[in-house]
Amino acid sequence: MLHMKDVSKVFRTEMVETHALRSLTLEIRDTEFVAVTGPSGSGKSTFLNIAGLLEELTGGEYLLDGVDVSRLDDRTRSRLRNEKIGFVFQSFNLIPDLDLYDNVDVPLRYRGFTSGERRRRIEAALEQVGLRSRTRHYPAELSGGQQQRVAIARAIAGAPKLLLADEPTGNLDSQMAREVMQLLEGLNAQGTLVVIVTHDPEIAGRAQRNIHLVDGVSVDLDRGPSLVASGHAAVRPSA
Amino acid sequence: MFGYYLDLAWRNLRRHVVLTALMIAAIAFGVGASMTTLTVLHVLSRDPIPGKSHELYYVQLDPRPASRTGDPAAGEEPVPQLTRADAEALLRAGRADHQAMMVGGNAGVEPVNEGGAPSALPASFVDARWTSADFFAMFQVPFAAGRAWTAEDDAGAARVVVITRELAEKLFGAVAVTGRSVRVNGVPMRVVGVIDRWQLSPHFYDLTSGTYGIAEEVFAPFSTSRELRFGLSGDMNCWEDAPDPEAVGAPCDWIQFWVELDGKDRAAAYHDFLVQYSEDQRKAGRFQRPPNVRLRDVIAWLDHKQVVPDEVHLQTTVALGFLAVCLINTVGLLLTKFLRRSAEIGVRRALGASRRSIFLQLMVEAGVIGAAGGALGLGLAWLGLLAVRHQPTDYAELARLDLPMLAATVVLAIASSLLAGLLPAWRGCQLPPAIQLKSQ
Repeated sequence: MLHMKDVSKVFRTEMVETHALRSLTLEIRDTEFVAVTGPSGSGKSTFLNIAGLLEELTGGEYLLDGVDVSRLDDRTRSRLRNEKIGFVFQSFNLIPDLDLYDNVDVPLRYRGFTSGERRRRIEAALEQVGLRSRTRHYPAELSGGQQQRVAIARAIAGAPKLLLADEPTGNLDSQMAREVMQLLEGLNAQGTLVVIVTHDPEIAGRAQRNIHLVDGVSVDLDRGPSLVASGHAAVRPSA
Repeated sequence: MFGYYLDLAWRNLRRHVVLTALMIAAIAFGVGASMTTLTVLHVLSRDPIPGKSHELYYVQLDPRPASRTGDPAAGEEPVPQLTRADAEALLRAGRADHQAMMVGGNAGVEPVNEGGAPSALPASFVDARWTSADFFAMFQVPFAAGRAWTAEDDAGAARVVVITRELAEKLFGAVAVTGRSVRVNGVPMRVVGVIDRWQLSPHFYDLTSGTYGIAEEVFAPFSTSRELRFGLSGDMNCWEDAPDPEAVGAPCDWIQFWVELDGKDRAAAYHDFLVQYSEDQRKAGRFQRPPNVRLRDVIAWLDHKQVVPDEVHLQTTVALGFLAVCLINTVGLLLTKFLRRSAEIGVRRALGASRRSIFLQLMVEAGVIGAAGGALGLGLAWLGLLAVRHQPTDYAELARLDLPMLAATVVLAIASSLLAGLLPAWRGCQLPPAIQLKSQ
């Protein structure tokens, strides 16, 4: 599903050149549950942005579901992002002016579904996260955990193959965090590839495998050196 | 998606009411001021006789003595009007499809009762035009009753008159009054025609008696008017002493002469005729300088006379400058508004919106602001024109919004807001989503 080979990302200013990712090579299969860990500045977010087609890579090759995305134009990348990827963010990133229904509707609008199809998907997604009865509430009227569940509903309404979650429990208390993780695990069990960026060992421990990034290079802790491009890897067994 | 963008625009405009109101006000004031002055410019500079303005030509000759002229080859303008001798000669020559000589005048008019007794009504003093028979056909004068007088009436200085519908109603209480008589400056004259509502603006066929808002109410043959020595209005210039400036041989220009010519070939031929006429007059000793003629159609004549007042041009320039300032302000406000929503834009990009989608969404929002600004601007333009109509100018009454200017107002408002929205929308759609999401 997600194949990266020698992927690099360099941020340049007039004065500084920062290597966020260095020759990153990895492969993630369709139904895995993967945690991406690493210290601050290790390139976790850059990896997530590149994987989610929010940033272009500087070098290397990236195949998403068999499509080489390295040189796609913005329109094609956007369509691919809309169809194949769902995002869950640490701070939920719901649009405050829109009620839950309209928030979940956003990606479906860009997909061009009919209003009937959108309604069906929105209601199913909100049902799945347990907020079907709150469709006309606004984000500010919900707790943090509920907002994150709405964000998950929004991410899955389009039935993406890949769910990218950036610290999805970072702003939640432990009870809510557990609920959100259960949701994500449930989605994975239904066949969605879930990739979580986290530095919470407990969350990482619930993943099937961990990819640890240090200074923009990775080590697959569970699969051994075959998928490792270069390594400053810290070995930590998965739970 | 357009409906979706409209819905989002409406939500976002309601979200920041003050900012939205400021932008709408900026567009409205800019558009209102611009459309007020543009409407005045439009009505003052429009074609007064569409469809025929390129067939009617104003004739100028130069009968001045050589000692008083410069070098005609250098393009010196001939005298603005014709002498009576030249006007009557050109009328007799009849080389155009139609031709009319004319001069402005004024007269006291009173009705004559059926039995021929004078009316108890006091005389009405009105503007008049002393002209020749073709005038009515050339200038598309509509008749409510009767007809124009004939060339024979011109030749015989007949006591005939054409009056306006308003004057007929005032004098007789009716429109169908052909055959009735009126006294013009005390002389009984038979009404042969009543013209329907008609006013050419600008009053291009005689700019010496005013440019706008001029409406003669009595028309009579030129020959009759001179025989009866009816009063004149307008300009008269004499380049030598003239005991009787209105006499046929007087060295004075005071008569406007228009011809109707169907096509450029006919116009070129008539121009050649005028050159030959001037040459003949020089050989005969009347003209002293080489032929110096002008033959301008209506639009060229109006351009030459620069009929639109300078202050209107100035006001238009100032108003358009004001609109530009308003637009620059709107650009700043839209930039603030759109960039403040960078987080939402980042989320939408992450969820599948392309840069183009974001650009269109923001442009629709700018367009909605423009439409609202246009509606308000329309009201302000209406108020502005109301103020113009209360000014003591001869064009005041003309300052009204017509359908094309109404449409132009809406188009200008939306186009202005879209123009103002281009840069902010472009900046908005170029925001890198990853950074916006991270900054949340």
